[in-house]
Amino acid sequence: MLAVVDYGVGNLFSLTCSLRAIGVEAEVTGDEEVLAAADRVILPGVGAFGDAAEALRRTGLDQAVLREAQTGKPLLGICLGMQLLLDYSTEYGRHRGLGLIPGAVRAIRPVVPAEYKVPHMGWNALHFPKGRPVSPLFRYIQEGDCVYFVHSYAGTDCGAHTIATAEYGPELTAAVAKDNVYGVQFHPEKSGTVGLNILKAFCEL
Amino acid sequence: MIAKRIIPCLDVRNGRVVKGVNFQGLADVSSPVELAQYYSGCGADELVFYDITASAEGRSLFTDILRQTAERVFTPLTVGGGIRTVDDFDRVLKCGADKVSVNSGAIRDPSLIPQAAKRYGDQCVVLSVDARRVDGQFRVFAKGGRVDTGLDAIQWIRSGVKNGAGEVVLNSIDTDGVKDGFDLEMLSAVCDVVDVPVIASGGAGCAEHFVTLFQTLPKVDAGLAASIFHFGEVKIPDLKQTLAEKGIPTRL
Repeated sequence: MLAVVDYGVGNLFSLTCSLRAIGVEAEVTGDEEVLAAADRVILPGVGAFGDAAEALRRTGLDQAVLREAQTGKPLLGICLGMQLLLDYSTEYGRHRGLGLIPGAVRAIRPVVPAEYKVPHMGWNALHFPKGRPVSPLFRYIQEGDCVYFVHSYAGTDCGAHTIATAEYGPELTAAVAKDNVYGVQFHPEKSGTVGLNILKAFCEL
Repeated sequence: MIAKRIIPCLDVRNGRVVKGVNFQGLADVSSPVELAQYYSGCGADELVFYDITASAEGRSLFTDILRQTAERVFTPLTVGGGIRTVDDFDRVLKCGADKVSVNSGAIRDPSLIPQAAKRYGDQCVVLSVDARRVDGQFRVFAKGGRVDTGLDAIQWIRSGVKNGAGEVVLNSIDTDGVKDGFDLEMLSAVCDVVDVPVIASGGAGCAEHFVTLFQTLPKVDAGLAASIFHFGEVKIPDLKQTLAEKGIPTRL
């Protein structure tokens, strides 16, 4: 069973529909026991980092997610859910993340060219880091496939844990992974067939 | 490099897709859910559903159709029409919309934009404007393009973006339905005053019009059209191929 962590942030309708489209019935839950029983977990999220991190802590689900990650079951953070996997964010102050993957979340405005619009919103092509094997998360897609982004902050300093980037002036972090923990900055549930193929690969990990 | 977006617009009334030429003489075209799936499969980068229903029954039929579409279509969905309050945002976002476009509702109550932006984020709020030339000015029209509001379109758009609109759809009534190309002059005037994505609407008659749009105005992010897609005059895969051949960043 796949569990989607419900901590009162964001709309999970599209995500559960996209999972159903690949034949996976997801359980949307804020219940630690259901998370413990799941064989894989998705951590979604939209909005501001500080609010979401606070909501996770208030519900105690931060500890539950950390526990499930430690069991070795596949965990996927999506959009803000990916950012929450990192060490900290500088969005409106400094906020601590889950620290499952090394890295910091920073505003993209200072690093993208002035004529580029922020948020980075729309379809952009994925690039895989050279000289390293392609992540199993991308086994059904190809380098250059487009996915749908909506964000003003991005993961930085993720080093060798970066498994995909997207060019927006500089290469922005598009996906990260460390062992059984994965994160994507884009929205696979809004990225057409390419997105469904990424979710399918996650469900087969 | 972010891809330029191609966006079919589906006007929905009483559960059916309609398309007005110059906003008059509506004719049924097809089922919105089927058409949306078809477009998504052809490579449409985003879909706009515009609810032109007047009755309460029609409105609930619309949200049913929206939900059915979001269950089957996994590309971004923007919804507009009849959005007057923050509760209307809530109603369509719960049914799978990603962005909500406001037009007459924001003219009636300009505080709708900052209220919605505060609750759902700027990226969720699209300011849609129907404008035409009146006395040497670009003038905002309300109620589906029928009523001259007296507002200057450039000022109105500038203030809407300042108040939290994260994207602008500019529909030129002067070029809408004429199929002679987008209103480059009006679009250029808008691009000069905002730094959020601008979507061009009104006037596309062939693939070349999209090429001209993106080559002439690099700040335009997307082209929106309805009947030329609905009647198959422009096929989206061919259009995207043409854009790619011209070196315009495209999602193929």
